[in-house]
Amino acid sequence: MDLRDLYQDIILDHGQHPRNFRAQAQPSHFAHGHNPLCGDRVTIFVTLDGERIGDVSFQGRGCAISQASASLMTEILRGKTLAEAETLFKGFHAKVTGNDAPATPEALGDDMDRLEPLTGVKAYPARVKCATLAWHAFEAALKNGAIGATVKTE
Amino acid sequence: MTHATRLRSLNGAKLDPRAIRRDFPIFERNPGLVFLDSGASAQKPAAVIDGVADFYRSDYANVHRGVYRLSARSTELYEEAREKVRRFLNAADAREIVFVRNATEGINLVANSWGATFLGPGDEILVTVMEHHANIVPWQLLRDRIGVKLVVAPIDATGGLDMARFQALLSPRTKLVAVTHIANVTGAVLPVESIVRLAHAQGAKVLLDGCQAAPRLPVDLQALGCDFYVFSGHKTYAPTGIGVLYAKKAILDTMPPWQGGGDMILEVTFEKTVFQEPPHRFEAGTPDISGAIGLGIALDYLESLGREAVLEHEEALTGYGVDLLSRLPGVNLVGAGQRRLAILSFSLDGIHPHDVATILDQHKVAVRAGHHCAQPFLEVLGLGATTRASLGIYNDERDIDALAEAIKAAQKMFKR
Repeated sequence: MDLRDLYQDIILDHGQHPRNFRAQAQPSHFAHGHNPLCGDRVTIFVTLDGERIGDVSFQGRGCAISQASASLMTEILRGKTLAEAETLFKGFHAKVTGNDAPATPEALGDDMDRLEPLTGVKAYPARVKCATLAWHAFEAALKNGAIGATVKTE
Repeated sequence: MTHATRLRSLNGAKLDPRAIRRDFPIFERNPGLVFLDSGASAQKPAAVIDGVADFYRSDYANVHRGVYRLSARSTELYEEAREKVRRFLNAADAREIVFVRNATEGINLVANSWGATFLGPGDEILVTVMEHHANIVPWQLLRDRIGVKLVVAPIDATGGLDMARFQALLSPRTKLVAVTHIANVTGAVLPVESIVRLAHAQGAKVLLDGCQAAPRLPVDLQALGCDFYVFSGHKTYAPTGIGVLYAKKAILDTMPPWQGGGDMILEVTFEKTVFQEPPHRFEAGTPDISGAIGLGIALDYLESLGREAVLEHEEALTGYGVDLLSRLPGVNLVGAGQRRLAILSFSLDGIHPHDVATILDQHKVAVRAGHHCAQPFLEVLGLGATTRASLGIYNDERDIDALAEAIKAAQKMFKR
């Protein structure tokens, strides 16, 4: 496999210039994600607006894959319902782990397409957790609310 | 005459990495492999692989048990391996050599047996900020159990141990100084002779973590005088699962067993057990017999190359690597103080070590990326992770060149 399939321009761009890279003073939900193996860290901040994600942002440090994944995730999740977010995570997780992805509802097709560049990690088993870290943290944030939580990828 | 040429003339032979590589089947099976991760675990020479297989084919039986000849032969080979370790470390007595699983288990043994018996609340254990988790966590567990205090000596601006601060932290309360011989993150060679002298002057015992040193430096424990020394077989070209704890006999004799079972007893009744003398007192259950024998073979192999020749080779190659990497723009070599051996940790501007390692792997360059089981040290260095290249006897300049080329490829990919 060619490395450019993993480090596509969109990954390098988001990795080096992450979007929504900011803390929120009073998020309704937040969680820390930590990959102890490589030291990658992200904190995901979420502010819900009813059943919709009003605002989602992150801060962290780590490899290009983990930071790009977090950045892309925040762009895609804003304005989505919680059910839609769950569907996207399930589909994304299946793709990066090389499993059969469930059919994507048509309304989320464009969003799944945007996540496609990250699926190159499935050829690099040691790197899959880099791509999923932000999503696991997002999931933990929703479960734990404003108390915060820490999720580890191991 | 320079230090290097003096060593060469003393030893006669210079290391030939290309010839050595032919002794390691992994390179034949993985053409083009640039293996720069011996600091994590070294590859095994055919002599070790075949020697272990031969042992199972010809001489295997349990040790210290059977009266039959095969068991006697197995026991003899196992104890012969212990003698080889004694010679390798120049310990005074083979009874000072305890076989353990690895250095980590050796340190845990000292903490649980010697530490829990002879230390108490208020006593201090002095470590350095450079330690591997294996030389931190066992002392923390002991601290939580019996209330000893863990004191941490810092590094100086160059990345070496700050000896002035180290000395200032030593006091009559210091009962143990537990430090690495060579730092696994940076390759800094610690001034262990001075450390032992200063610690003993305060009445403290000294434990040295020899994981990175044993495969590279001639170690003379009688001259060094430390009280405990540990190393892992698998970093010394031997199989996984075998390691060594050295402890001075006078100390080992006072230490209670830490694990109970077969082989470590003289007599057992349900009321009372009489324990074996050291080292067997500390080797409960059937040991890693083939591992010990494999370790003996690996040490023979290193001796056959010449310990001074190994050191000279790795010193020269370390110098070559430092020169090359420090001249590459955007590469930041982590400092190692006055003396560095065999380990080059670095960061690249704007590229995370995990990405570096993936790109290097694509160039068949195997390095380690991450915190190297030394999270507190990385924190002090202000780095979450580094990329680490570590050398072995099979490496030569071409491996360093391949590393440099792969680094340039990574930089090119990330340049935007």
